[in-house]
Amino acid sequence: MKVLVAVKRVADSNVKVRVRDDESGVELAGVRMGINPFDEVAVEQAVRWKEQGVATEVVCVTCGAAACGDALRTAMAMGADRGVLVETDLGFDLLPLHVAKLLLAVIRREQAQLVLLGKQAVDDDCNQTGQMLAALLGWPQATFASGVEIAGGRARVRREIDGGSETLSMPLPAVITADLRLNEPRYVTLPNLMKARKKALATLRPAELGVELSEHLQTLRVTEPAPRAEGVRVADAAALIDVLKAELAR
Amino acid sequence: MPALVIAEHDGRTLHRATLHTVGAASACACGIHMLVAGHDCAGVAAEAARVAGVSRVLHADAEHLGDGVAENLAPQIVALAGRYSHILAPASAFGRNVLPRVAALLDVVQISDIIDVLAPDTFRRPIYAGSAVATVRGLDAVQVITVRGSAFEPAAASGAHADIERVTVTADSGLTQLLERDMDGGERPELGSARVVVSGGRGLGSRENFESLLGPLAKSLGAALGASRAAVDAGYAPNEWQVGQTGRIVAPQVYVAVGISGAIQHLAGMKDSKLIVAINQDADAPIFGVADFGLVADLFDVVPALGGSFASPA
Ligand SMILES: Cc1cc2nc3c(=O)[nH]c(=O)nc-3n(C[C@H](O)[C@H](O)[C@H](O)COP(=O)(O)OP(=O)(O)OC[C@H]3O[C@@H](n4cnc5c(N)ncnc54)[C@H](O)[C@@H]3O)c2cc1C
Repeated sequence: MKVLVAVKRVADSNVKVRVRDDESGVELAGVRMGINPFDEVAVEQAVRWKEQGVATEVVCVTCGAAACGDALRTAMAMGADRGVLVETDLGFDLLPLHVAKLLLAVIRREQAQLVLLGKQAVDDDCNQTGQMLAALLGWPQATFASGVEIAGGRARVRREIDGGSETLSMPLPAVITADLRLNEPRYVTLPNLMKARKKALATLRPAELGVELSEHLQTLRVTEPAPRAEGVRVADAAALIDVLKAELAR
Repeated sequence: MPALVIAEHDGRTLHRATLHTVGAASACACGIHMLVAGHDCAGVAAEAARVAGVSRVLHADAEHLGDGVAENLAPQIVALAGRYSHILAPASAFGRNVLPRVAALLDVVQISDIIDVLAPDTFRRPIYAGSAVATVRGLDAVQVITVRGSAFEPAAASGAHADIERVTVTADSGLTQLLERDMDGGERPELGSARVVVSGGRGLGSRENFESLLGPLAKSLGAALGASRAAVDAGYAPNEWQVGQTGRIVAPQVYVAVGISGAIQHLAGMKDSKLIVAINQDADAPIFGVADFGLVADLFDVVPALGGSFASPA
C-alpha cells in the first residue's frame, strides 16, 4: 500500500503571531516555521505503517513556495521515503480548494491507496483540505481520526465528534485526517535530518500537473481581535463565590 | 436567492447550533430554507418548520442519510444547491466534516468558522487560534460557510409555520459504514450550550481529583464540564470535554478555569465567554490575562469551599 501524506509549513504554534501594522496579514518575517502539528501526527502514522509492513512507501507532499520544502525535509527525517513539492506562485492566497486540486493531480500520478493529512492547519484553521480532496477523488473520508486500523482492504477509524466519538469502516482507497490524539510523533534527530537531505525531493509546477487555479477569495484585512477588559484579582474563595452568585442571579 | 441552512440533528431533535446558524443566515440573505436530511426524522422537520425566519423546510429521508455520513449527505446537499446564494452549517464536528465536501463538489471555496457577516459576500473569521481576525470576501456564486454559533444570536425556536417539502433523495454512496457511536450521555448540560462551564487542567493532577473536585462544583452550578488538552491527554477527562482551538469552542455566560495555564490554543475555545473566572496558583499564568476575576490560590484549598456554597443548581 502506497501512502501519501500532505504536509504544510506553518508558523510554530508556540509563537504568538503579530498582525502587521498595515493590516495586510500577520507578520511572518523572522518567525520560526515548522511542520503543522496535525500533519506531523499524520506523517508519524504513515511511518509507523511502513515500519509495520502495512505501507510499502510513504510519499510526502506539500504545496507552496520553495521554502515549504523544509516541511518535506522534516517529514523525510521522520521516515517518509521521498517528497514532492508543488511549487506555487499564484498572486493570490493558496486555499484548501487549490491544495486539494493539486493533491488530486499528484495522487493520480502516484497511484496512492491512502492519503493522510492533518485535520486542520494551525495558521488559517480552515479544516477543509482532506474533505475536499476526498470529494474530488470520490473516496470515503474519515476526519478527526484518533485511531486507525487497516485490514482486509478497509480502514476502521475511530473519530472524535462533539459530545463523544464514533467508529467508521470504509473501503480503501480513502482519505483520513489526523487528530492530535492519533499518536505521539517522534522527535526528529540531527542524524536523521542529515539522512533526509539525501532522499529524493521532486519539484513540480501546477502546469506540469495540468492544474489551473483561479482566485476564489480575497483577504481584505487582518486585524487584532477585540481585547477583553482588564480583570481583577480577588482575595479568597469567598469573594469568588460572591462574584459567581451575583452573575448567576442575573 | 435564499440561503440554505443544513440542520444538525440526532434524528429526534434539532441541535441548538442550527438556531445560531439560522441567526447568521438571516444576515446573509433574505429568505432561509432548511434542509433536514436523515432517517425517520419527520419530527425534526416539523421542529425546523417552526424556527423563526425559516420559510421552507426540505426534508430528505432515507436510511442511508440516517448516520449523517459525509459521503451520502454531501451529494444530497449538492443536488439542492443550485437554488441558493449561501449554504451554511454549524462549525461543529458535523458541519466541518460535511461542508468542505459540498464546497469541493461545487468547485467553490468554503469560508470556515465565521464570526461576523459584514455583507452577503464579506465575513470575519478568526485565524491563528484567534490571535488575529481576517476579513474575507468570497468571489464564488454560492457562498459555502460554517458558522461559529457563539458569535450569533440564535433564531427563536418557534413562531414560524414553514412549508415542508419532501425532496428526492440522492443515491447511497455505499462507501462508509458507521459501526458505533459513543456519546457522553450524562445528566450534565451539553458543553456547547451550557450556561456555565467548569473546566479543569493539568493542575488537577489526576482523574480522581478532577471528578471529586470539579464534579460537585459543576453539579452545584448546573454546569457542563470542560477540560484542557493537557487534562484530556493525561486521562483526567474524556476527549469530548476538550475546549480550545482543536476541541469545542464555547462562550457560556460563566466559564470557570481551574488549574489551566491559559495557552493560546485553550483561550481560542473560551475567550468569548461573557464572564471568565480563573483559579491558578501561578500569578503569572496567561489565563489571568483573559479572566474577569482571578484567584491566585492552590485549587485544592479553594475548590471544595466553592462547591459547597451553591446549594441548588442555578
Ligand atoms: C496544535 C495544537 C493544538 C492544541 N489544541 C488545544 C486545545 O484545543 N485545547 C487546549 O486546552 N489545549 C490545546 N493545545 C495544548 C496547549 O498548547 C497547552 O499545552 C494546554 O492547553 C495546557 O493545558 P493546561 O493548562 O491544563 O496545562 P499546563 O499548561 O501544564 O498548566 C497547568 C496549570 O495548572 C496550574 N496548577 C498546577 N497545580 C495547581 C494547583 N494545585 N492549584 C492551582 N493551580 C495549579 C499551574 O500553575 C499551570 O498554570 C494544543 C496544542 C497544540 C500544539
